Amino acid sequence: MYTITRASRRFPRRNLLPKLYARSLTSLTSSDLDHFASFLPRTSIISTMAPFSDGPEAIAQYNADWMGKYQGRATTVLRPRTTEEVSKIVRHCNERGIGLVPQGGNTGLVGGSVPVGDEVVLSLGNMSKVRSFDPVSGILVADAGCVLESLSDYLQPHAHLMPLDLGAKGSCQIGGNVATNAGGLRLLRYGSLHGSVLGLEVVLPSGQILNALTTLRKDNTGYDLKQLFIGSEGTLGVITGVSILTPPIPRASNNVILALPRFENVLPLFGEVKARLGEILSAFEWLDRGSYDLAVKHGQGRALSEDEVEGAACFVLVETSGGRGEHDEEKLTDLLEFLLSADTPLINTGVLAQSPAQFSSLWALREGVTEAVSKEGKAYKYDISIPLSKFEEVVNMTKERLKNVEGVLGVIGYGHVGDGNLHLNIIASSYTPTIASLLEPWLYEHVSSLNGSISAEHGIGAMKTHALKYSKDEVSIEWMRKIKEMFDPKGIMNPGKVLLPREGNVMGEGEKEGSGTARAQE
Amino acid sequence: MHPTSARLLNILVPIKRTIDYAVKIRVNPQNTGVDTNVKHSMNPFDEIAVEEAIRQRERNKDAIKSIKVVSIGPPKASEVIRSALAMGADSGIHVEYPDSAPSPEPLAIAKTLKAIIEREAKEKNAPIDLVILGKQAIDDDAGQTGQMLAGLLGWGQATYASKVELDASGKSANVTTEIDGGSQQLKGQLPMVITTDLRLNEPRYASLPNIMKAKKKPVEKLSPSDLGIDLTPLLETIRISEPAKRQAGAKVETVEELVAKLKEAGFKAA
Ligand SMILES: Cc1cc2nc3c(=O)[nH]c(=O)nc-3n(C[C@H](O)[C@H](O)[C@H](O)COP(=O)(O)OP(=O)(O)OC[C@H]3O[C@@H](n4cnc5c(N)ncnc54)[C@H](O)[C@@H]3O)c2cc1C
Repeated sequence: MYTITRASRRFPRRNLLPKLYARSLTSLTSSDLDHFASFLPRTSIISTMAPFSDGPEAIAQYNADWMGKYQGRATTVLRPRTTEEVSKIVRHCNERGIGLVPQGGNTGLVGGSVPVGDEVVLSLGNMSKVRSFDPVSGILVADAGCVLESLSDYLQPHAHLMPLDLGAKGSCQIGGNVATNAGGLRLLRYGSLHGSVLGLEVVLPSGQILNALTTLRKDNTGYDLKQLFIGSEGTLGVITGVSILTPPIPRASNNVILALPRFENVLPLFGEVKARLGEILSAFEWLDRGSYDLAVKHGQGRALSEDEVEGAACFVLVETSGGRGEHDEEKLTDLLEFLLSADTPLINTGVLAQSPAQFSSLWALREGVTEAVSKEGKAYKYDISIPLSKFEEVVNMTKERLKNVEGVLGVIGYGHVGDGNLHLNIIASSYTPTIASLLEPWLYEHVSSLNGSISAEHGIGAMKTHALKYSKDEVSIEWMRKIKEMFDPKGIMNPGKVLLPREGNVMGEGEKEGSGTARAQE
Repeated sequence: MHPTSARLLNILVPIKRTIDYAVKIRVNPQNTGVDTNVKHSMNPFDEIAVEEAIRQRERNKDAIKSIKVVSIGPPKASEVIRSALAMGADSGIHVEYPDSAPSPEPLAIAKTLKAIIEREAKEKNAPIDLVILGKQAIDDDAGQTGQMLAGLLGWGQATYASKVELDASGKSANVTTEIDGGSQQLKGQLPMVITTDLRLNEPRYASLPNIMKAKKKPVEKLSPSDLGIDLTPLLETIRISEPAKRQAGAKVETVEELVAKLKEAGFKAA
């Protein structure tokens, strides 16, 4: 049911075009809507504009990002059901110069999935069918809009699992995962999507359908085009189908949470764990005391008992996966015995899951940090790759820098130690320019001085367009631009994300460095 | 340990290995049982019973002399005994039957437990004062063992406990139990049987030092015949079937279509 309002009148168009747009872009009109309505059913169009005039509440969720930090002004969301429909939409938008934002589960953490202005949102949510699965090779072909968790559920009876897993699994889509090259909790074991994605079907900005949906493990026939779209964040085309290699479910899995007296022990511990567990090690995740306390505070998983937590500076979650429970357990017990009996133990103590329920509960303590942070306040999220030995130093430097700053509720660090990826979160009661200016560009400069990456896995989105230079040299950025311009000469695909248009091709005034589209900075 | 005038208490916690509650149950193609080639763990209500015994000791300190767990089950039941020992129980008994044997019924389990309790008193000089066990096992949901055991022993019973206060020196227990729409408070003299409900406590993780210690704790292995028990079931399972599958729904594009469909199906406006 839809209420009829004149909400569309409250969104004056054209003059609201943001400054990050290429000159050539234009706003959607009702005749464009008529065109879409000629091949899309009513249920695939949500629009506050006449003749649809849906209420603003119908469109709100598509305009707001997961953190409540970025806010778009789209009037229209299209929810196509087939690749052909996507192609028709994109072709029309390209002809007319209308900006498009591909949107998956809208769980992205860098403002990439919502419009910066009034671009049309192209939601993949209606494309959610599994196309094929071969239980022998483990190759799954699915529509881009399939939710990650539903794919895991689909594979479970076939004794296979998705090669990636992340806290957002209940909402994020495989297309969104590919578009952001999501890393997550299984990367240590199964590698990145650049390896496990075997093929993609992509609707290019011209409307052409690029069918590279192969199910081949090996295919050396020239340039591997699909790689360009992995991590492209919706700026080169719309991913509509994904072919991905899925591993068999390990017969046995175990996990432990270890309590460490000091951060310096993490690195030697990682060494021991790798050496003693070998091929069964499947995750090594770190969370500092603040992250743990926050997860417990917001009910993410059952807490450890007080005497186990006492004196712990940080925690490590170790997961093993293997083919034979007895074999894995023996290895794990040997490791734990070694850790407990060492002359100067690296750990205080720890807990070992005794059942699948406890296994999930221990994981929830780590996976739940992201959600706990969002319950605690507004988060500045930095997802950086730096040498492991610097993790704590960066967290402490940030704490020091923000000491006594109004509105700052806490600074925490956690992350995928196994991959050298630190999640640094600054939690505040609201987004303020003061906090933002203390963090940037200072933090990016620091990461750059450590030869790190300003975005290990979340991407650039709208949040870090201005900061790309800290991790990419001029030559790289120039060639990225050329690629973008070749695929998308009019700049319709996810404008204002990843790369800004060249100077002189910008509508309105150029923006000052450091200002994204965060509400607090507007 | 300080000797006290009153005799110290011994607690027995019977535990069962069941399919883990997070596993989706599938009926086998022959319709004779369910697929058991899946993850197993300790019956959750039994885990609560183990936790409760340990908490009672933490509360009553030296007044509780021993916490013994017993599992009647196939060889792999030893895994749940290890888990209970890792949580903090002192010792275990495994009454083992072969994998091929049918699973025993509550009456046979209650008789086995009674035999163990008598044996503990006569042969081990460690008479059991309190049996804490789950109100039901999540696999067959019978919910009978505790009651039958109390009946066979002629002991008092407090079932579906949500709170247990032990008076170790007075050898009595105050138990709050869940009843329809509320709770009731019972008081009884030991020895006694208590069955646990979900709200009683939240079981702890097994800590690494305790897991290591558990490896050295004694587990006695017995066969049903050692106890003079015959576990053969009195009932025969004829057939197991899944609930009827729901018919798949259909999506409608418009409200009009929905109304038309409802009319078609015979719905009328009131
Ligand atoms: C609780 C939580 C935990 C997270 N944990 C991790 C983690 O461990 N590791 C990690 O890497 N990330 C993590 N993330 C962020 C991660 O990037 C996203 O969760 C996920 O990969 C995005 O998928 P999505 O479908 O929600 O995409 P969206 O958020 O909808 O979109 C993300 C970007 O991809 C583009 N896009 C989406 N779908 C398509 C498509 N079909 N074609 C082209 N472009 C498309 C969008 O335009 C946008 O730029 C987490 C997020 C949350 C909320």
